[in-house]
Amino acid sequence: MSEVQTGRPVRAGGPASAPGGVAAGVPAGWEAVIGLEVHVELSTASKMFCNCPTRFGAPPNSQVCPVCLGLPGVLPVPNRQAVELAVRAALALNCKVATYSKFDRKNYFYPDMPKNYQISQYDLPLATDGYLEVPEGEGSRRIRIRRLHLEEDTGKSMHAADDIVTARYSLLDFNRAGIPLVEIVSEPDIATPEQARLYLEKLKAIMQYCGVSDCRMEEGSLRCDINVSVRRPGGRAGTRTEVKNVNSFRAVERALTYEIARQVEVLEAGGEVEQETRHWDEGAGCTRTLRTKEYAHDYRYFPDPDLPPLVLDPAWIEEIRRSLPELPDARRERYVREMGLPPYDAGVITASRALAEFFEETVRAYPQPKTVSNWVMGEVRRYLNEHGLEPEQIPVRPADLADLLAMVERGTVNMRAARQVFTEMCESGRPPAEIVRERGLEQVSDESLIERAVDEAIAGNPAVVADYRKGKEKALGFLVGQVMKATRGRANPQVVNRLLRERLGPPGTG
Amino acid sequence: MSIAEVEHVAWLARLALTEEEKRVMAEQLGRILDYMEKLRELDTEEVPPTFHTLEGMRVPLRGDDPRPGLEREEALAAAPDRADDLFRVPRTGEAEGEGA
Repeated sequence: MSEVQTGRPVRAGGPASAPGGVAAGVPAGWEAVIGLEVHVELSTASKMFCNCPTRFGAPPNSQVCPVCLGLPGVLPVPNRQAVELAVRAALALNCKVATYSKFDRKNYFYPDMPKNYQISQYDLPLATDGYLEVPEGEGSRRIRIRRLHLEEDTGKSMHAADDIVTARYSLLDFNRAGIPLVEIVSEPDIATPEQARLYLEKLKAIMQYCGVSDCRMEEGSLRCDINVSVRRPGGRAGTRTEVKNVNSFRAVERALTYEIARQVEVLEAGGEVEQETRHWDEGAGCTRTLRTKEYAHDYRYFPDPDLPPLVLDPAWIEEIRRSLPELPDARRERYVREMGLPPYDAGVITASRALAEFFEETVRAYPQPKTVSNWVMGEVRRYLNEHGLEPEQIPVRPADLADLLAMVERGTVNMRAARQVFTEMCESGRPPAEIVRERGLEQVSDESLIERAVDEAIAGNPAVVADYRKGKEKALGFLVGQVMKATRGRANPQVVNRLLRERLGPPGTG
Repeated sequence: MSIAEVEHVAWLARLALTEEEKRVMAEQLGRILDYMEKLRELDTEEVPPTFHTLEGMRVPLRGDDPRPGLEREEALAAAPDRADDLFRVPRTGEAEGEGA
């Protein structure tokens, strides 16, 4: 696809360092070299090679058939929608899409695939040579993507480790076996744990924007394996380890920080890093050896004789390219250019498709982007954070937020009351006008009413008034607070300020 | 092919071979590899590589229509062992959540 013009400096590869040469999560005098392998479940209604449903949370082994159970005499038939979504993902990540690719069998002996192999793509993947950009300082950093290929998900294995008898067994649910996935492999262009998180956030945003996946990490629809090594600046690349079982963006950052420190410690003590696969233990906050190189896998890939080559019509690829929606980078630039948002705010809002949609719908009803952005960046995100909600779960309708902002603009409510109303809107889902009326939160701009409260505040706080007259500007804030309290927060703060100043005269005159 | 190579390949496929079987396999696999060596004598400079035995075919694609598969009891009926609604198999000694 044509490159998205970001108008910002772009740097490819090479380690990044913060001012002073030290990047958070990387010990001084060292550089980290990080690559990520991300599995993304595609949002299809049926599985990759059979018609079984893909609904999450169904009872165990209720979405299985002879194909995904690997029973004899069956043939896989690829899902056209899965191929289309994979092509969308590839194009959105600036990859070259191959018109000729093929499916291979990856053979192994875990019980999570009943066939004893997983259908994947080995030496001719669907797409190669892409990239995405992550924020870095004032500009951005390009992280290259080596390849993107289609494969089927495995089943889920569980172990009843607390039971001495059953712990000798694996228990299997094959509902997930055969759900379509894309595996996205980055080049080792990532230099810090933070960049790894930013890469994942961007990848997730892009996948959500183009409708490829819902990317729910808690449901396992986005999963990540880490490859990491350390080296002296300019020195030879060190031995890398692979870290598995990293199940949240925060865990990626923590696991990397831990693993980088561990490797540096080993090397500084004169030891050698072993090439191995390690398991991130979230509870203990450390990585542990899972298997060393001598058990490294030889998957004996070979072309799946059940599946002829995947040949794509270039016209179809072009059609998919044309159907791509505006992606996060382009949208961020538009918010900056056309709506005048600060780049940081535009970046935060566009990082989530749901948040960006909410923002835009609110702006449609209340066309003051900066005001709306302030609310989305402030109150909306605060509410989401406090309640552990995702942007998809914003409990307020954009039109209702627009109404509230219009009420603030008209002076019907002051900011303080508006925040209270917003919280109530979130909790009850009711429109703002109703809440304002019921709670009596209309702003009081009637000067005679406010005057009375102002006079009372002055009369009741002679010491504060004296301070103010001695030049303590801050004392005024206290008096404003008293007036607001007396009017139950409803007084128009501008009127209160003006009246107080009129009564007291300029500070420092006492 | 050496006995050591046969043992490695057998281990990858989790096959237990007797000493006699290893000897037979070394001989037979060796003959296949020798034949490949013979093919290598040909000049294939101008020949495009064959990536797939079904070269020239293209895989058909199907619509994304979910349909119920097997009833759970039917699905579990052929399992050698089960625990409630789950298949139960001997553990392979790898950590949990492994898999590709």
